[in-house]
Amino acid sequence: MGEEREQEKGKKKSGEFQVITEDQLDPQFKYEIIKEPGGENFLRCMQCGTCTASCPVKAIDPDYNCRRIIRMALIGDKESVLKSKFIWMCSTCYSCYERCPQDVKITELMFALKNIAVKYGYIHPSIKAQLDLLEKFGALLEISEFENRMREKYGLPKINQSPEKVKKVLEKEKIKDVIEGDS
Amino acid sequence: MKVAYFLGCNVALRTYEYDAAVRRIAEKFGIELMDSKDFVCCGYPAAPQDHSTFLALAAQNLVAAEEMGVDYIVSVCNSCTATLSKVNKLLKENEKEREHINKILKNSIGKEFKGTLEVRHFLRFIYEEVGLDEIKKAITNKLNPVRVAPHYGCHYLKPPEVFDFFEDPIVPHTADDLMALTGVVPVKYENMKQCCGGAILAVDEDTSISMVREKLIHVHEAQADVLAVHCPFCNVMYGEYQKDPRIDIDFKVPVIFTPQILGLALGFDAKQLGMKKKVAKLFLEPQEAPESKSEEVGAHG
Repeated sequence: MGEEREQEKGKKKSGEFQVITEDQLDPQFKYEIIKEPGGENFLRCMQCGTCTASCPVKAIDPDYNCRRIIRMALIGDKESVLKSKFIWMCSTCYSCYERCPQDVKITELMFALKNIAVKYGYIHPSIKAQLDLLEKFGALLEISEFENRMREKYGLPKINQSPEKVKKVLEKEKIKDVIEGDS
Repeated sequence: MKVAYFLGCNVALRTYEYDAAVRRIAEKFGIELMDSKDFVCCGYPAAPQDHSTFLALAAQNLVAAEEMGVDYIVSVCNSCTATLSKVNKLLKENEKEREHINKILKNSIGKEFKGTLEVRHFLRFIYEEVGLDEIKKAITNKLNPVRVAPHYGCHYLKPPEVFDFFEDPIVPHTADDLMALTGVVPVKYENMKQCCGGAILAVDEDTSISMVREKLIHVHEAQADVLAVHCPFCNVMYGEYQKDPRIDIDFKVPVIFTPQILGLALGFDAKQLGMKKKVAKLFLEPQEAPESKSEEVGAHG
């Protein structure tokens, strides 16, 4: 029974109450966020929920709630925030960013949370896949002979991809090591 | 006028017709679009992972354009435009970030960001630099009053400070204005600024497809004949994903690019604009009234 309870700890389902104890919270997390580019205005949030009401993803998936993510981050529920699938589900439409009365710049805040998550080794597989493509082709898509033939048909100039340059920048950034080391 | 032409990944190989229409229109107005083999990914896909990688990738493109000695880098993708604009502004204004990024660029490609140019979406560029009056004068083909639902796309509108507040993010009008010159009828429809969901396609496909479905229903309900976009990824979402079986709708919404409509009015033919003949006919050839059309179908069995 005790073991079971131990396993349940940290697990959350929407619509269920869960007691969060102090030892699960990191009071320093909010300061970590305001230091991250995009997170500067984070502490201004007064939990009005305009962001959630404006969100087109929330309109489809009721479990997605940006106000709740911000609340969890504010109280220091670091692990739940960084592990959450939800921080990756922002469609970056900037509706909340535009409407927020406190200018929290939520879309940028979501980028900050994602960047922090990556530093701790949590990265959504689809986002990692995009980075792999960038390394390989210098772009998200590969341009082969076929595409260039199609471009010719439309009277368009050929395209040569230059992945070496992107590789050089990525190497300098060491982002590669972060991702490869933790996944 | 010479400008750097930033294609971006999706336009380069998914929407040839968009690229073709833009190049034709630019030529018509004496704008020389200069390609560069030094352009790489705009940087947007790196934003979720690491802020400075995002900045460095975007800056790399800005530097390549700066070296071409032009005043503008013109992009045709909403997200590329937003990314390049945002980073261009940030690096111009924030000395600390600029120094940090320049260190990376120097060590990797041996170059430096100088901040000598401006970023524009092609639609904004012709709206501001050519102007509605000049475009109107150049129109040779009056198009049919086809009902066109414009989709602006989030990264064309927001955040507005990134785009010098040139467009109203609440009631956008630039694409409407441009299209109205040609004779087509821009229509308003429910939840017009709804996001295409492209940014989360890889994270949660079901959600983004539901977003596409809603949009198509709203466009259909407004009795629009076509949906006009000016972003390659919005086109991928509404065009390609319209065929997805999860979108159970019993109608079709043709998706075209705003510059294709302009191109038709400027006298280019369907082939030059990479347009399907059937869609181009809708704009160019005399249309029968819907009633007589259905009668005809009946008469021929």
